[in-house]
Amino acid sequence: METKKAIISVKNLVKKYDDFVAVQGLSFEVYEHEIFGLLGPNGAGKTTTLEIIETLRDKTSGEIIVDGFSVDKQPQDIKQIIGVQLQAAGYYPNLNLIELIELFAGLYGANIKPMEMLEKVNLQEKAKAKYKALSGGQKQRFSIATTLINQPKIIFLDEPTTGLDPQARRNLWDLIIEIRNAGTTVVITTHYMDEAEQLCDRVAFVERGQIIALDTPDNLIDKLVSSGFERKKEVKKANLEDVFINLTGQEWRE
Amino acid sequence: MKKYNNLTATLALAKASFRSIMRSPSAVVFTLAFPLIFILVFGFLGGGGTRIDVGVTPGADVNNPVMGMLEKTGMIRLVKDKSKAEFDKLLEKGNVDAMIDVHRKVNSTAYSVNVVYTSASRDKGGILKSVLNNIFYDKTLKPTVAEIKESTITGREYKTIDFILPGQLGFSLLSTGVFGTAFVFLSLRQTLVIKRFFATPVRRSSIVIGEGIARIGFALIGALFIILIGHFFFGFTLVHGALTVVNMLILATLGVIVFMGFGFIISGIAKNESMVPPISNIVTLPQFLLSGTFFSIEAFPSWLQPISRALPLTYLNDALRKVAFEGLGLWDVKFQIMILLLWGIGIYAVAVKVFKWE
Repeated sequence: METKKAIISVKNLVKKYDDFVAVQGLSFEVYEHEIFGLLGPNGAGKTTTLEIIETLRDKTSGEIIVDGFSVDKQPQDIKQIIGVQLQAAGYYPNLNLIELIELFAGLYGANIKPMEMLEKVNLQEKAKAKYKALSGGQKQRFSIATTLINQPKIIFLDEPTTGLDPQARRNLWDLIIEIRNAGTTVVITTHYMDEAEQLCDRVAFVERGQIIALDTPDNLIDKLVSSGFERKKEVKKANLEDVFINLTGQEWRE
Repeated sequence: MKKYNNLTATLALAKASFRSIMRSPSAVVFTLAFPLIFILVFGFLGGGGTRIDVGVTPGADVNNPVMGMLEKTGMIRLVKDKSKAEFDKLLEKGNVDAMIDVHRKVNSTAYSVNVVYTSASRDKGGILKSVLNNIFYDKTLKPTVAEIKESTITGREYKTIDFILPGQLGFSLLSTGVFGTAFVFLSLRQTLVIKRFFATPVRRSSIVIGEGIARIGFALIGALFIILIGHFFFGFTLVHGALTVVNMLILATLGVIVFMGFGFIISGIAKNESMVPPISNIVTLPQFLLSGTFFSIEAFPSWLQPISRALPLTYLNDALRKVAFEGLGLWDVKFQIMILLLWGIGIYAVAVKVFKWE
């Protein structure tokens, strides 16, 4: 974190649809090897921003550089060094997990062993299962496995934990931290602030297509507290989720 | 950085798509089960499907045993009471499949049978010939018939399967091309599979070509299966054996490629999966009925025939029959191939306009 070299830089990003401005002048940088969170309510422009960086959507104006490549001129180069998990992506029908990984290996031109990829996300026992037959948490872990096939420098995770139970969520956090520790930069969107607080090195709050705050979670909280903010109810040493985990156990449910 | 290989990506997609098709019950049912059921039904039904119109030459002796036997087969309808000029016209258009003239030989009790076929209806002529051959070897008739004079072509034995199988094959290719392609691309688009593909370096052309390879491969396996079952179980005629099969498969490939174009168009205009079957049926049903799948289009009223002759499946069926039964080469059916290619150009010109990626 000390070097703080920007691997993604977004300058004055604007995205207009016919009569609606989804993103209006976003600028931010993502540093190498950090977990960067994009937070904000639905419709704030998080997914649009991600998809423009991922080269899946055209922008109206602005400049984006990903690891030295421009989204305008070198989208193919960018695609080769990023891994993308979409909010609601499906997978090719009638194929099992191994076959899907083989397909993506072909699409990326990557030479990998499918089983090893599944082991990374602890799905080796589901190798012969169809994607449809997986539980919510397993689906998300499989999606993350497909983002790792080309050994990307950056992975983008769009609401990876939405709809998961607390165990599966924590399990996924561990996986994301592991991936970061292995040297990959992670950009994530989420609606869960506890998740952002736990996972993210820095977060940007997006509201109506603009960034309204960008800092480490700690600094943002300190700033709020120093402005005189107080919670209505004194915080206890544990919360209800801790109770849930404590009662139902840590181990992960299929 | 390692150079990205489009071929690897295309083949990976083709492999995935092929696996998926093989596990999709509807694809297997449409491509194999349906045509085979029809072939079985018609194969066992025998000659029930075809009807041959035979004109009786004015002045012929109608009270002879030959005519009676012909009528008894149930396949042949004798057309009488028309002038020579009228018959000539009908014969020319193929509305009458052949002419028959029976006369008692001078100074003899035996009959002389004179048959004139028409090149406008060679298929039916072939059937008539085999029918005639059969009845002339009939014991009761043989002594009374002295000679059979035949003009124009010499036909092979033309069985129902020789007519039905190419039609079913053509229809199988049509449904695989149209339904399969339409469903796959619509569902890949709707379930965001294609969007996920776009996040990889794969090219759009690789996605289309990969899908195409898989579908053509599957259709050809289906075609080969249908041809072989037809040949070995129902005596489907393959004049030049393996060469005929290869020619048929080449035609099949062309057919599937053209028909896939319809699928691309439908996947573009359908808003959801439930809209695919009705739109696909608009494309496939008229061709199923009017393209000579079950009945020769010559059996249709004359006002309907121009419509039949405008449909691509008509030409595929026609080419398949000519190659399989008449033993023609691909160059001999260049007219049919050309019409198919014209259709292909037209369809893909529309497909490029209406196809949607997301």
